[in-house]
Amino acid sequence: MTVTLDQTAPVTAPATLTLQRLREIAGAVPDPEIPVLTLHDLGILRDVQITANGVVDVTLTPTYTGCPATAVIAADVETALRAAGVEQLVVRTVLSPAWTTDWMSEDGKSKLREYGIAPPGACRPPSSGPRPIGLSLSARCPRCGSARTREISRFGSTPCKSLWSCLACAEPFDSFKAI
Amino acid sequence: MTTAARAGATSPEVDRTALAAYVLGLGDDALILAQRLGEWITRAPQIEEDIALGNIALDLLGQARTLLGYAGELEGAVTGQPRDEDDLAFLRDEREFRNIQLVEIENGDFAVTMARQLIFSSYQYELYSALSSSTDPTLSALAAKAVKEVDYHRDHATQWVLRLGDGTQESHDRMQAGLDRVWPYVEEIFDATDTVAALPGIAVDPARLRPAWSDHVEHVLAEATLTVPTPKWRSRGGRIGYHSENLGHLLPEMQNLHRSHPGATW
Repeated sequence: MTVTLDQTAPVTAPATLTLQRLREIAGAVPDPEIPVLTLHDLGILRDVQITANGVVDVTLTPTYTGCPATAVIAADVETALRAAGVEQLVVRTVLSPAWTTDWMSEDGKSKLREYGIAPPGACRPPSSGPRPIGLSLSARCPRCGSARTREISRFGSTPCKSLWSCLACAEPFDSFKAI
Repeated sequence: MTTAARAGATSPEVDRTALAAYVLGLGDDALILAQRLGEWITRAPQIEEDIALGNIALDLLGQARTLLGYAGELEGAVTGQPRDEDDLAFLRDEREFRNIQLVEIENGDFAVTMARQLIFSSYQYELYSALSSSTDPTLSALAAKAVKEVDYHRDHATQWVLRLGDGTQESHDRMQAGLDRVWPYVEEIFDATDTVAALPGIAVDPARLRPAWSDHVEHVLAEATLTVPTPKWRSRGGRIGYHSENLGHLLPEMQNLHRSHPGATW
């Protein structure tokens, strides 16, 4: 199949992938660790461009610098775009500006809650000055909605989550850390 | 094809040899501590700690990969023979490592590890906060990203030092012993180096970080009813390749697979 990569081409043209369509395809790729979220929901798909010589240039940003899913995500984006007919592409990872959970879509936060993971609250700026005892709001239980919860560990099954337990329904749950 | 894009080009008048050495030192700190923390996996006092230490190690490893990759690239621009992150991690010998000695000391008991974590993550927190405004775009991008991770590391260590120091007599004594064990390695963190002096606006003079570091650490120790140790000796020279015997034991474990099976991948 011959694919014409043209930013100005109409969406309806057959066998033609517009920039908007490419962004939709890349953005719809599910996160490998939390498959209810797409890359768009997470806010880690930074950009999709088409270069002058027709190469699709995708920019991703990692949630955490050491997140092992980063390589899988890049491979999944490549697979999805190739399946849509893209032949020449480059997937790049950039660190700046640093990803924040504030970029997660509201829709993504609802999906997280339904999946059983407490979504991140608003991000506070990195602490300044002496702050030996951190005060933070408790995560609301995604199962029963109670705020009577307890943090078990600041670190969970993936770098982006912490481990909590609900005192009302006694269920343990993951909470997405606000960073 | 996947590539890790640099945030921007290094300007031509920068002393690349010095920059490569500086970045290598920071990368080695992260790499060696990641390896040490990884040793706790399956051995931590509770499963949550296993996960926490593994997570912290993973963050550090991510930082190390970026830093070592960049160091190898800079070095290659000077020598014409770039080395990648794996070359630097697995194919250098002890004297070629540029980490501060603090990160290589053995884990000891959990209190020793937490004392080391409090000292190191408090330093790294201040370092990355300052490096976020470095004029080097790659360093500032990494620092702005990683400082958010390190905020969690510092908080984790802080909570444990408070809990153990202000806990039972036994936990207090062992936390104090842990501090005494690692404190001789504190001064070296803030030592001036020629490398930093050659990189104004890019590198951060570690001495500049000392007041904020002391504020946090001493505040925590006071709250935890612990005493700031007054050691009889101090380490020096990690940044120019002098190391304790501990690094010599750590490296074979870290490098064995790669050296036995060159080019092996998962």
